[in-house]
Amino acid sequence: MSWPNVADVARADMAGANGMLSAPFLQERLGPGTGLEPEILQSPILGLSWLDLVAASGLVLLAVGLSRWQRLGLTGSLIVGAIRSVVQLVLVGYVLVYIFAIDQWWLVVGALAGMLAVAAREAVRRQEERPLRLYGMTGLALLVGSGFTLFYVSLLVVRIEPWYNPRYLIPLFGMIVGNAMNAAALAHERLAAELRSRRGEVEAYLALGATAARASRGPTRSALRAALIPTVNSLMVVGVVALPGMMTGQILAGVSPMLAIRYQIVVMFMLASAVAVSAVIVVLWNRRLFFTPDEQLRLP
Amino acid sequence: MSAVPEAAFRLRDVRQEKSGRVLLRGIDLVLPRGRITVLLGSSGAGKTSLLRLLNRLDDPAAGEISYLGRSLEEYPATELRRRVGFVFQTPVMFAGSVHDNLREAAEIAGLDDQEFPERAREALELAGLDPSLAHRPAQELSVGEQQRATMARTLIGGPEALLLDEPTSALDPESSEFLLESIRRLRAERGMTVILSTHRHYEAAAIADEAVRLSGGAVVESGEAADVLA
Repeated sequence: MSWPNVADVARADMAGANGMLSAPFLQERLGPGTGLEPEILQSPILGLSWLDLVAASGLVLLAVGLSRWQRLGLTGSLIVGAIRSVVQLVLVGYVLVYIFAIDQWWLVVGALAGMLAVAAREAVRRQEERPLRLYGMTGLALLVGSGFTLFYVSLLVVRIEPWYNPRYLIPLFGMIVGNAMNAAALAHERLAAELRSRRGEVEAYLALGATAARASRGPTRSALRAALIPTVNSLMVVGVVALPGMMTGQILAGVSPMLAIRYQIVVMFMLASAVAVSAVIVVLWNRRLFFTPDEQLRLP
Repeated sequence: MSAVPEAAFRLRDVRQEKSGRVLLRGIDLVLPRGRITVLLGSSGAGKTSLLRLLNRLDDPAAGEISYLGRSLEEYPATELRRRVGFVFQTPVMFAGSVHDNLREAAEIAGLDDQEFPERAREALELAGLDPSLAHRPAQELSVGEQQRATMARTLIGGPEALLLDEPTSALDPESSEFLLESIRRLRAERGMTVILSTHRHYEAAAIADEAVRLSGGAVVESGEAADVLA
């Protein structure tokens, strides 16, 4: 296998972007008789050149101007942030173009593993106390929660072909693992806070001879609720208060809103699963970290 | 009293520390079975630290503790705690009514549903809590009533020994006297071993069979209450 030149790959990908979402391709995926065929691609995609991005940076300059006017002390951060976002996104763009072009299962799996590792690190980094075991346990919880959800969606719902198709797997996994990471971090953080603030109640249970699981039932429930509520709320307001980024992106890319919303529905359901499974596993496993084997509360 | 009373708890050179601070320094004690032992000392003397060791909410940094001749670590922690109840200084009620609190405790103690009503009635009576309060939300009771409710919650499982950490510190004199009377009854009618901490000399004098005077994490004096409190 010859490794493609990055610039060639990028050009080829830009040229092929329309082809990938061509009407026949989508029609085939949607199947006949849905009544949607004529409007799958409603409008041609308007390309964005690098020069267009220079124009867009005027908007950042507007924010910089306001910050200077009001002496917010954010000018430096805004400029650094803008530059970082350009550099990071360009790098990600090249990485994705590369992975799409090479199109090998091991590279896709490697990328997913890398995303998972970064997510686990980030989820643990937000905690005040982070014993080494926490990394492994959180990573494993995210692996099970996200892995199961990705498996379900890619094999049973979207039915990706080939199974490792990076154009689907990587963005889907990004959304899944990102949400699972937030839920895991929130759940663990909340569990620690609840055990601390409800220490008297937990010890009153323990003093009666309750197991750690029983004694921490209230805090466990609160932690799980805290982790799940953002997802439940997003199910409630989606499409009413805000149009989700992915759906907006598909619509901007010329996809029919009716197809975009179908994908969005899958995404919402998949996030509910990823968040619930990951949070439950994180809380039930990590709970043991707060107790000794002799059912004593161990708070740092 | 005939011969030497049997030991409930025996402590040998027990030390405790937390975050580098020494809480107990070399405690040697025998706490007799079936009697009321009062731990007397000002705050910071080590009373709470000592009580927490006796039903293993904490383990000592060093030293040996036994209960009825067996090292505490030989008991499964949950079994030890069912046999040795603990009433905290500040009552903590679980969600729901007093009745719900009792039911939680009964479940943890493994009582079956048929036993429950009789045991609940008995526990409320022993703790001196008016049964008409049993269906009120526990959080709405006065502190004195809550303290009696936690007593009932601890007693429903039928512990052999009871640890009480300054149980009267939040109570008015009348409620305090009431609680002490319940404790005397538990000792007299059930032969319960009671270890109670207080910083009030008169309270110790009112109830103790045995007394232990603690200061700065060490035992200053221990023995028959009449001698120690004289």
